[in-house]
Amino acid sequence: MASTMLSLASTTPSASLSTQEILKGKARLGSGRVGTLLNKEKGNPFIKAKSFGRISMTAAVNVSRFEGVAMAPPDPILGVSEAFRADTDVKKLNLGVGAYRTEELQPYVLDVVKKAENLMLERGENKEYLAIEGLAAFNKATAELLFGADNPVIKQQRVATVQGLSGTGSLRLAAAFIERYFPGAQVLISSPTWGNHKNIFNDARVPWSEYRYYDPKTVGLDFEGMISDIKAAPDGSFVLLHGCAHNPTGIDPTPEQWEKICDVIQEKNHIPFFDVAYQGFASGSLDADASSVRLFAARGMELFIAQSYSKNLGLYAERIGAINVVCSSADAAARVKSQLKRIARPMYSNPPVHGARIVANVVGDPALFNEWKAEMEMMAGRIKNVRQKLFDSLSAKDKSGKDWSFILKQIGMFSFTGLNKTQSENMTNKWHVYLTKDGRISLAGLSLAKCEYLADAIIDSYHNKFCNNVHWYYIPVSFDWILDPGLHKSK
Amino acid sequence: MWKCFSTRTSRCFSTSASNRTLKWWDRVAPAPKDPITSVTEAFLADTSPTKINLGVGAYRDDEGKPVVLQCVKEAEAKIAGCDFLESVSSAVSSKLVEESVKLVYGKNSDIIKEGRFAGVQALSGTGACRLFAEFQRRFYPESQIYMTDPTWSNHHNIWRDALVPERTFHYYHPDSKGLDFSALLDDVKNAPDGSFFLLHPCAHNPTGVDPTEEQWREISYLFKVKNHFPFFDMAYQGFASGDLDRDARSIQIFVEDGNVIGCAQSFAKNMGLYGHRVGCLNVLCNDAKQAVAIKSQLQQIARAMYSSPPIHGILLVSGILSDPNMKALWVKEVKAMANRIQSLRTTLRKSLEQLSSPLNWEHITNQVGMFCFSGLTPEQVDRLLREFHIYMTLDGRMSMAGVTTGNVSYLANAIHEVTKFG
Repeated sequence: MASTMLSLASTTPSASLSTQEILKGKARLGSGRVGTLLNKEKGNPFIKAKSFGRISMTAAVNVSRFEGVAMAPPDPILGVSEAFRADTDVKKLNLGVGAYRTEELQPYVLDVVKKAENLMLERGENKEYLAIEGLAAFNKATAELLFGADNPVIKQQRVATVQGLSGTGSLRLAAAFIERYFPGAQVLISSPTWGNHKNIFNDARVPWSEYRYYDPKTVGLDFEGMISDIKAAPDGSFVLLHGCAHNPTGIDPTPEQWEKICDVIQEKNHIPFFDVAYQGFASGSLDADASSVRLFAARGMELFIAQSYSKNLGLYAERIGAINVVCSSADAAARVKSQLKRIARPMYSNPPVHGARIVANVVGDPALFNEWKAEMEMMAGRIKNVRQKLFDSLSAKDKSGKDWSFILKQIGMFSFTGLNKTQSENMTNKWHVYLTKDGRISLAGLSLAKCEYLADAIIDSYHNKFCNNVHWYYIPVSFDWILDPGLHKSK
Repeated sequence: MWKCFSTRTSRCFSTSASNRTLKWWDRVAPAPKDPITSVTEAFLADTSPTKINLGVGAYRDDEGKPVVLQCVKEAEAKIAGCDFLESVSSAVSSKLVEESVKLVYGKNSDIIKEGRFAGVQALSGTGACRLFAEFQRRFYPESQIYMTDPTWSNHHNIWRDALVPERTFHYYHPDSKGLDFSALLDDVKNAPDGSFFLLHPCAHNPTGVDPTEEQWREISYLFKVKNHFPFFDMAYQGFASGDLDRDARSIQIFVEDGNVIGCAQSFAKNMGLYGHRVGCLNVLCNDAKQAVAIKSQLQQIARAMYSSPPIHGILLVSGILSDPNMKALWVKEVKAMANRIQSLRTTLRKSLEQLSSPLNWEHITNQVGMFCFSGLTPEQVDRLLREFHIYMTLDGRMSMAGVTTGNVSYLANAIHEVTKFG
């Protein structure tokens, strides 16, 4: 351990450490964490000190208080991108994080965003703190985008809107609010759901349980299971719903199913809690993608809605979103907003300005707003085309007769392929296709050019019945092995 | 205190929408206003032409206008048109942390060379403190935090929301309007070994009272003996003395003595990046391996709070700090800001003395950084607001950054008016 010279100068009478106390202190230095004193000087390091003189001694550096801190597990989603970056194979394909890519598989900065930023640069705006609730122009724009400017909830000022750090930050504000005002209430989350939902509620100390959602047999919605689980939960639970483009499955309820979900939530006196991360991205239409939220609001319900502009405006790294709480009165909305602010202040004081200004500028300018809608249709359109091509490739190459149409039925950035953990690992280890272990692929990261390769990878992984623990020892009966024995990786 | 909406209450669910709107939010009381931001809110609503905002600690130029530093404008121009909208790329984040940490430990520090720190970007100072508070509770669930009396009001909120109980230790001496050093040392000595302390390394907020270098040495020694954990919140590096290195000296003393520390940094004030929320948290470690572990834990805490920090501010800061010319410009601009505040302190004090104020105003120039702890009572503060449209927090803390050559006489007169009878 390093040792350092520790010198003490007691120069003023007001320094309350007397020589005696200093020597007592030295005795304490020898115990506990500090370790042995090293005699670096000739003679005794415990030099007799004159009053108010200098005393030198050597002492070891204190051991860190956080000695026992273990390595945190890697984030399952972000960890995929890290692994992808480390892979040197030319065929590698990143279908991990839901970040939009062009056909050339490059990140895409929307034209309207560039224009908005130029406007902002020209104006030379200042960098003062936003209010705790964020940029007023942004809050107005985001609520109107979600509900429609003419919606009664907006006209009656019944929505408490607070700018948050994208979807995650907005969800966290809501979770903290639930913990404070509804202690003991649980949140029902879909099985499966976005991985970070559980982290957010855990860290906010909000208990959660799951409702059935994904049916692996149909690769579709387990509607009966969903309704049944929502009914079985204690009255007054929160139900976390994905407004559109469910993550990770891509499976959304139909409009009729949404009505039934709304019915049962009302019966049980539950509070709906929407996570709207893909408005405009699912169908290409902002209004169509908000229809589930608007349905619930139209029923006069009180609800939470978290929004994100990471995907639909490509503002991933700017961290811009909002939490909206629809209340029964304007007074309640004002009170709720004040308490959300009280949660935000000790978290980060006030939200970041840049992304908020971009959104406000884009939405506030009719020309830019229309351009945005066009770009969003383009992005959603590219994903639909890629789905079609992938489906066509799978149908053409797969001779087993398996029905791959779920690829077309699913919506949004993601597709739940139905691949299990081991099969997903095969995708990565053999084919250098990176996806999350639940078999979720991000179609935003797929180009038309790569669809055939991906189809090969999926078919290979799907049809090889790997045994979980022993697949390195199990001889796969597959064409690959027969054609190339070198692929057999036993021992 | 907060009752859950009980399922034992029986209700009839009719089909009409109005009956359906059950009163979920009845129990939600209006929150008390934040004592600092509410001052700015009130100021903005005031239409008086002579109004002065001495509330929030945000730098103003001599016209009372917010400032975007020249180095920042240059950095903005450089990054305009760069496609960086993916979630924070590791390279840029690492750059920010690397450069920030140099400001704390010195660019040639062994700590940096050996990678003996866990560093993450954070949402300015608040975010850095909150990450640390959560980390502290996670690994030391029974621990408390000792804070100076007084300290920035939001410190209490941060550790409280992280569920870490707070205690205070003596700091400010209301009679001398300086440091209550012997009481401070007593409190540090009497705290149980291994306690966590929150320290301001320079330009204390709200008092402007900093220990001298010798006093810091004594405090550091005592910390070493008691095996306390010092956590530094450095929000005003450069504003105390005008010299960034000098303002970090207290931290370096603690490190030289062998203390293992944590440090929150903010670029809100010294780079004028208030609204961009850019800062850094670092925790000293035994070795690089432990640093990786601690960093992973901090990132995990952040992931469930906001996933990743906003990129724009990070690009600006890392751009400025890694370009020697821009960094040199920045250093000059920080000095200029500190100098302006220093000269207005002198002017204000002289003006009050020239008005034959019966009170002693030495503390205006003794205190350093952005704030002056004026010693004004809440009643006097209220009078200043009502009669003179001068805004400050009720504890009498004045942000000297809001004082200009244009308004200093008006301010001196106003203060004299409300204090001339003692």
